[in-house]
Amino acid sequence: MADAPLAKTPVAHASDEEAPLYAPRKKIYPQSVKGRFRTIKWIVLAITLGIYYLLPFIRWDRGPNAPDQAILADLPNRRFYFFFIEIWPQEVYYITGLLVLAALALFLMNAVAGRIWCGYLCPQTVWTDLFYAVERWVEGDRRERMRKAGEKPTVKTVGQKVLKHTIWLMIAWWTGGAWVLYFSDAPTLVKDLATFQAPAVAYIWIGILTFTTYTLAGFMREQVCTYMCPWPRIQAALTDEYALNVTYRYDRGEPRGSAKKNDALRKQGLPAGDCVDCVQCVAVCPTGVDIRNGLQLDCIQCGLCIDACDSVMAKIGRPTGLIAYDTDMNVQARIEGRPEIRRIVRPRTILYAGMIAVVGFVMLAALAMRTSIDVSVMHDRNPVFVRLSDGSIRNAYTVRVANKHLEERSYTLNVEGLPGAQVDVVAGRIDQQGRPIVSVGPDQTLEMRVLVTAVGEHPGETTDVRFVITDLTSGEAAYANDHFKAPR
Amino acid sequence: MAHETHEQVDAVTGVTTTGHTWDDIQELNNPLPRWWLWTFYVTIVWAIGYCIAYPAWPLVSSYTTGVLGWQSRDAIVQDLDALKAQRAGMTAKLAQASVEEIQQNPELFAFARAQGKAAFGDNCAACHGAGGGGAKGYPNLNDDDWLWGGSLPEIEQTIRHGARFSADKGHQGAMPAFGRDGMLKRQELSQVADYVRSLSGLPTEKGVDLAAGAKLFADNCAACHGDKGQGNKELGAPNLSDQIWLFGSDKTVIMEGLWNGRGGVMPAWHERLDDTTVKALTVYVHSLGGDQRR
Repeated sequence: MADAPLAKTPVAHASDEEAPLYAPRKKIYPQSVKGRFRTIKWIVLAITLGIYYLLPFIRWDRGPNAPDQAILADLPNRRFYFFFIEIWPQEVYYITGLLVLAALALFLMNAVAGRIWCGYLCPQTVWTDLFYAVERWVEGDRRERMRKAGEKPTVKTVGQKVLKHTIWLMIAWWTGGAWVLYFSDAPTLVKDLATFQAPAVAYIWIGILTFTTYTLAGFMREQVCTYMCPWPRIQAALTDEYALNVTYRYDRGEPRGSAKKNDALRKQGLPAGDCVDCVQCVAVCPTGVDIRNGLQLDCIQCGLCIDACDSVMAKIGRPTGLIAYDTDMNVQARIEGRPEIRRIVRPRTILYAGMIAVVGFVMLAALAMRTSIDVSVMHDRNPVFVRLSDGSIRNAYTVRVANKHLEERSYTLNVEGLPGAQVDVVAGRIDQQGRPIVSVGPDQTLEMRVLVTAVGEHPGETTDVRFVITDLTSGEAAYANDHFKAPR
Repeated sequence: MAHETHEQVDAVTGVTTTGHTWDDIQELNNPLPRWWLWTFYVTIVWAIGYCIAYPAWPLVSSYTTGVLGWQSRDAIVQDLDALKAQRAGMTAKLAQASVEEIQQNPELFAFARAQGKAAFGDNCAACHGAGGGGAKGYPNLNDDDWLWGGSLPEIEQTIRHGARFSADKGHQGAMPAFGRDGMLKRQELSQVADYVRSLSGLPTEKGVDLAAGAKLFADNCAACHGDKGQGNKELGAPNLSDQIWLFGSDKTVIMEGLWNGRGGVMPAWHERLDDTTVKALTVYVHSLGGDQRR
């Protein structure tokens, strides 16, 4: 920020006694721009929206007992499918891990180059960009739109407005429509939606997301970033002096003036800046800030002002990069004749990258070690043990076996730690060797009541026991530990 | 506190002040955006509408009911009806099947057990304990000692018609008050009590005449409890030779039973519960493990 003057438009005021309750919004008419960062933004927009709209239609064969949609949040059956990964409700910690990774990635991005997320990747930015593109295509560029806003409406301008809002609503509707496709078989749901056969909840969600997309990208726009979003505040607290930011290089730009005047000054050997005060950087800004005022909360750092300034610099024959990804620290360094410091590898980037690696590794390991069968055991709480008529002691347990295979599997149940104990599954069946056998359907769990009776020697007050289930097909085993209780 | 009204532009931020200064601290004027303000007004309007439409304000002995007449009780009734409708298919199957058929069908078995567990908590747990663990005088339903039999049909019969509850189909038969009614003398009761304890291998008092006790037992008790004290489930006469004691195995407790007699009562639940619930209860109680033996 340094010594750049901070001019802010004063808010509307009536008198001492009657200050207004609200700040009037300054409507922004961003001008179209071409250049490196604009191209990057178009590519990112195409990729992110492409992923969002088309991903539900990608198929992934999982056999006859599971849906063939690559990404599906199957809420009624409590399953989440992601390509080769299937997540059960008790495994949502994978999602937690992903969110932790996302947060760390955001921090790392911030440590390297500030608000990359805000400028390029944030849905608010992407959809607002798309809506601006529609607005520009229908109603013309900045000047034309500003002129029309000041004029009396004509049939033509009203027609354009109607067309613009229609296209916006269609995009918004499509956005909501794509959202619900992640929760049901996409091709079927599309057909049902078109023939009004889909469940009401699908239409309600499409309606809600149509409304939010239309309002947030069509009307709220930069206000979402400046007033609603917490990230700019958090980001400001997380960043440091090394992080690259979209920076007006005032060491080069000041004193600003007309190209002619500055050329004349330069010829006389007097200080003259490169900034010709053309205000193109402000004209293209989607949040309406003047980057020359320095780093500020409202700036989403999309780099469009860089493109605008570069094209002007090229025209007047001065080197580009008057506005560039740079740091205020280096601008100061150049003014004072010190060497610039560029340090991408520094403790915080190492820390973030390291944390990403650790969390990523833990998640991969968890995924690799994920068992396809699971067993959980709950000891009866009341009564804790039962004395049978012959004096032997019995404990009862609720055992749940989860079969994550997509086909029916049979398992034997063994209880280890209590030699000779008799194990009975209530209403269950046994094999020829007298072992209890349980069959669990594809992708299902089965709960059973298991009675364990100590035979022979009176057991101690507490004996550690282990319930082991073994897959008869693959030999794969899973176990859960519990206790066998007996009176003293 | 110095309070002046003197509006100016703050030099550092370029923002106008409200003109309020306290202890030399100025208040900057950063007003809310218009849409925020309007959202605030909309919430006020919403609140007024809500108070008119829904129950809102407490009065002295009642409350404003709201023009929509909404009640949380109605909402619960609706939820329960929806739940009943959801379960209707399984409930119908349960109503048709016998307890043995339910036991054979894993899906019905799981459903009946869940329903039975809920019904047990509501109706049976008060005496038999939350997990059917029993209490003094109230049988433990988890063990393999059944006064009236522990097979599915026997349990169903007991739940349906009760024990010593009414003459209609219910179990009858009670332990007479041998002492109180003067059938046996206190000395004889003591001998019987010692003999009964010896049946399950419990220690007896020194110098006690077990032979006299055996004689008295054969004459007075064996008719119901069997010649070896093995019990009789037709009469609800407990097995006296096993390790399970409904009231306790102390000699004083046994003496108390001999003197005053015993006769625990269980209600006939068919009078209070529907047929399906009785079946579900039967399956649940049976699944506690009482009849599991090899």
